[in-house]
Amino acid sequence: MAELIASRPAAGLVPVRIADLSLTEESFGALTSLSPRRGAEGALGAALQQAHGLGWPAPNRSTQTDGARLIWFGHAHALLIGPEPAQGLREHAALTDQSDAWVALRLAGDGAEDVLARLVPVDTRASQFETGHTARSLLGHAHVSLTRTGDDAFLILGFRSMAKTLVHELELAMNSVAARKGG
Amino acid sequence: MRIAGRGPGVRPVSFSFDGRRYEGREGDTLASALLANDVALVGRSFKYHRPRGVMTAGPEEPNALVTIGRGAAATPNTRATVQEVFDGLEAFSQNRWPSLDWDLLALNDLAAPFLGAGFYYKTFMGPRGWWERVYEPLIRRAAGLGALSGRPAPERSEKAFAFCDLLVIGAGPAGLTAALVAGRSGADVILADEDFRMGGRLLAKGAEPGPEWAAGILAELESLPNVRLMPRTTVTGAYDQGTFGALERVSLHLADPNGLPRECFWRIVAKRAVLAAGALERPVAFRNNDRPGVMMASAVRAYLHRWGVVPGKRVAVFGNNDGAHVLASELVAAGVNVVGLIDSRHDVVPSGDFRVWTGTQVCNAHGRKRLEAITLRTPVGTERLAVDCLAVSGGWNPSLHLTCHLGGRPEWQRDIAAFVPTPGAVPGLRAAGACNGAFTLGACLSEGRAAAEEALGALGMTPKAVDLPEAPEAQYNITPLWSVPGKGRAWLDFQNDVTVKDVAQAAQENFRSVEHMKRYTTQGMAPDQGKNSNVNALAVLADATGQTIPGTGTTTFRPPYSPVSIAAMGAGAEGKGFAPERFTTSHRAAVGMGAPMIEAGLWYRPSYFPLRSETHWRQSCDREVQMVREAVGICDVSTLGKIDIQGPDAAALLDLVYANRFSTLKEGRVRYGLMLREDGFVMDDGTTARLGPEHFVMTTTTAAAGPVMRHLEFVHQVLRPELDVSMISVTEQWAQFAVAGPKSRELLNGLLDAPVDNDSFPFMACGDVSVMGVAARLFRISFSGEHAYEIAVPARFGEALFRELVARAEGLGGGAYGMEALNVLRIEKGHITHAEIHGRTTAGDIGMGRMIAAKDCIGRVAASRPGLTDPDREQMVGLRPVGDVKQLTAGAHLFDAGAAPLRENAQGYVTSACFSPTLGETRALAFLKRGRARHGEHIRMVDHLRGIDALCEVTDPVAFDPEGGRLRG
Amino acid sequence: MRIPCPICGTRDRREFTYVGAALPRPSDEEWGAGWDDYLHNRENPAGETRDLWQHEAGCGAWLVVTRNTVSHAVLGAELARGATA
Repeated sequence: MAELIASRPAAGLVPVRIADLSLTEESFGALTSLSPRRGAEGALGAALQQAHGLGWPAPNRSTQTDGARLIWFGHAHALLIGPEPAQGLREHAALTDQSDAWVALRLAGDGAEDVLARLVPVDTRASQFETGHTARSLLGHAHVSLTRTGDDAFLILGFRSMAKTLVHELELAMNSVAARKGG
Repeated sequence: MRIAGRGPGVRPVSFSFDGRRYEGREGDTLASALLANDVALVGRSFKYHRPRGVMTAGPEEPNALVTIGRGAAATPNTRATVQEVFDGLEAFSQNRWPSLDWDLLALNDLAAPFLGAGFYYKTFMGPRGWWERVYEPLIRRAAGLGALSGRPAPERSEKAFAFCDLLVIGAGPAGLTAALVAGRSGADVILADEDFRMGGRLLAKGAEPGPEWAAGILAELESLPNVRLMPRTTVTGAYDQGTFGALERVSLHLADPNGLPRECFWRIVAKRAVLAAGALERPVAFRNNDRPGVMMASAVRAYLHRWGVVPGKRVAVFGNNDGAHVLASELVAAGVNVVGLIDSRHDVVPSGDFRVWTGTQVCNAHGRKRLEAITLRTPVGTERLAVDCLAVSGGWNPSLHLTCHLGGRPEWQRDIAAFVPTPGAVPGLRAAGACNGAFTLGACLSEGRAAAEEALGALGMTPKAVDLPEAPEAQYNITPLWSVPGKGRAWLDFQNDVTVKDVAQAAQENFRSVEHMKRYTTQGMAPDQGKNSNVNALAVLADATGQTIPGTGTTTFRPPYSPVSIAAMGAGAEGKGFAPERFTTSHRAAVGMGAPMIEAGLWYRPSYFPLRSETHWRQSCDREVQMVREAVGICDVSTLGKIDIQGPDAAALLDLVYANRFSTLKEGRVRYGLMLREDGFVMDDGTTARLGPEHFVMTTTTAAAGPVMRHLEFVHQVLRPELDVSMISVTEQWAQFAVAGPKSRELLNGLLDAPVDNDSFPFMACGDVSVMGVAARLFRISFSGEHAYEIAVPARFGEALFRELVARAEGLGGGAYGMEALNVLRIEKGHITHAEIHGRTTAGDIGMGRMIAAKDCIGRVAASRPGLTDPDREQMVGLRPVGDVKQLTAGAHLFDAGAAPLRENAQGYVTSACFSPTLGETRALAFLKRGRARHGEHIRMVDHLRGIDALCEVTDPVAFDPEGGRLRG
Repeated sequence: MRIPCPICGTRDRREFTYVGAALPRPSDEEWGAGWDDYLHNRENPAGETRDLWQHEAGCGAWLVVTRNTVSHAVLGAELARGATA
């Protein structure tokens, strides 16, 4: 029997490279949302530490190991990026597979903050938003999760169905920022 | 003309005005370049079409409004005093026909006695009907200044956010000092200034500390990484919680924008702010004071020092304060022929190498397109002076506008005869320098420092020391003079052509409140918002009404401080930027099959899938319906909301949010659920599947996905926080397809790794399956009324699965179906959508009253209200045409067969209608008073908009397979 | 306008969805004045109000925001979790 071919959320939309800026699609393993059971935050944190070497992230923060990242994802959720979640976590949390729900974009390069300043109503300057800091906010009209992954790099998670709009808006802003730097 | 050896830059630039070429210099504004070329006449006034010239050197300019560029790129109403010249700049005068020099509507000026305040209100009263047919078209043609091109701007604008500890608004002496103190102390500073060159009035000074001192400070500020300089940026509004709007002119000064946006509209969030916006000089009203050549003294000074331009050969200065004397001395020092200084005050000691008239006023200006002479009224008589430039100073008004944007009212300060800001009017903002009424340089510098120190203190930072330069303690004495008495028209508001007479007339006609006077005369209602006329006008009003100026009060200053183009405010929202687009995984395949896509909220869904032989949508739709009823159809239903609900209390939460019960639902089964709002009306419907003991997945309608998610979070977080349950949307995770029709199982069993049958998968079953090796979920549910399934796979496989399903369906005599067919299928079955559950229907209205279980649920109590259980309510029914007219339309109203189709006779309305190929006739769903008891009755349907009048039979809403046998096979 | 989300910090109002007055849900099993007030009757004060907002484009938390309708001052925000009970 034939196989079902998998397609990527931003296929055909990226990479976008404008001057020093680049927008590419990240390829992770699994994305799993974790929502602690009532009163199980501590136990979940311990289980995560044991299974994946990750601490439970404080609000607006993420934790990270070599192969895994855990991003605070809202008032009741964190998003485990990378490994398949250890089954033992289910004792302490509701686990939901979100591997296909999000388009994961990497915005990188000198001026990435300026690109975001055109779309996101959050202060993303390095002095305020350090590597590992994360926020749930808007990019244009779209809900996103935004994480600084490096000096000049951000991870933007947006709805898969909105990939085209997200790339389009980011591309316009990238053009604008590049024109200013060139001028 | 330009004084040799003075002025900006050296690089010449070539530009044109009304088609004539001129040369300016880099660093010139269009106004300074025109004045350097001795162009005095630059525009025509709004109402009387009076010849006008440049009056100021800044953004408050009322007269010199021009159109920049041509074609789609033409930008009207650009202030020549703000526009920088560049090579190839094309500027055009406005509000004149056929030419600036010879303007036909200048006739209005002769008719001036009839065109005073209230002219429109009094004149265009009758006869009846003339307003729309005659007056309005006539006035519209005559009204306005420049005209928009009516075409989309060729270059984009943009919007952006910025954040800082301290926003300093204005880069004059106070602002520069504030920014320097805060910058050196380590604060995150934004310094915004509307000019392209920072320095404010320091740039218009003949002595240091002046331009050089400003340049030194700016160099230091530029070197500080924590200071951001934003030139060409006007802070236009102060908003709540430290948010400011600002307009940056990004590329309007460039011959080639090279990808840069035209403008950027900034939303700046500042923990603290210093307003150092300076002050604007105000004119004195006297007869014909709008003649080209009559200018503000501060403008003459700025043109002299910053641009090396003197706008005349014989210059006189007219003032009521000490500033006028400084200008006269500086003009003399620059070698300009100063005819003299006219000071309205008596007790003035002449102090310079020029003639001084004391106790004297200018009472008339002569010349039409260019000032030729002025008449003085001295203590002993009148005198005529030949001059071609008159510099006027009536004192200064602090630019306190931003302090009023949150409702603050300014206070009158008698010694400077001006309004000053009320401290604390904008939380976190402090005014410093001239905008705070400090009119000496020394005071500006020290107020700037003090304001920064206060802000730093509030931010918990320690101010670093900054040495301020010595500033000569110049005095500022003023004796108010608002208008010079006499005959003729003396201008207050130059941009809207409002004179002293108009204000006096308003008072006489009892428009005595300043807000009434403003609206009656239109004073202050032009694009300049009365920057150089408000205070003078209310002083004239105070005089006419016998009140004091503070007793008269000011009108309300509102954002924006200066005009903001809609293109900048709406930047990013043009075209596709208006709203995000959401695409399903099958989008590409559907488009490839030629399906026209329709918007469903933010989603795009296929309307129908036309065959090459089909020329009308109905042909496709009818075929697709028949396909589902007879073979098998495939439809992408991924847009429906899907919510993953887990936890020991998941069932309890569902029992609370659904009218019916879910705690009794067995694992591996699906149940239809009806959700009420707390007010008892229906909110949404859908199916919820129980995947495990503590695991459900809820389906919402496409339209209500967001609201239902919000509602569930509300119920959990606010009403029942004790419930141990987690929710998250999985709409994006799963691509889900309906496989509907008698051959649906046959199709699926060709794909599933383990086939299903009616025992393992009966109607309303659900479970995990494997489709072509991919873990999937299968639900046996049906919106079409046929034996049907929905199969969900992780979204990455959506496109592939859709193509596979369609190919196999086509092999079985079926294929893909779109929204049109989906709608027909559900109308035939009497299934509701938001056309029926539109916010005013109860469970009872749609025949589901008995679903409200005997348990607490959202909306249960309110649904029991008498009004919601009234047996006379409109109830859902089906309709079929029985008369000659076979067309039924959604939105049409229902009447008893014999009744007149009037509102008071209305019996109900049609919500959905379609041609049913299955039944061979039109079918509709409708709401009808006591409808369930009226099946079989004949009723009249009237669509007043489309002119359709049809006799119908009332039927059960379920028109096809009422027993539901087809679902279960 | 900016609202201090207790979880995310102070954020722009465009991330929040306004819902309405923060009132306790009546426990009456029958329709009556308590339900009528909860659903329909509002004080509309010129001064302090307590409203429900959801930080919908942020952390998703429901908040009770205390603010002044005259001065527009936002006086505080707390998690609604139990705050209206």
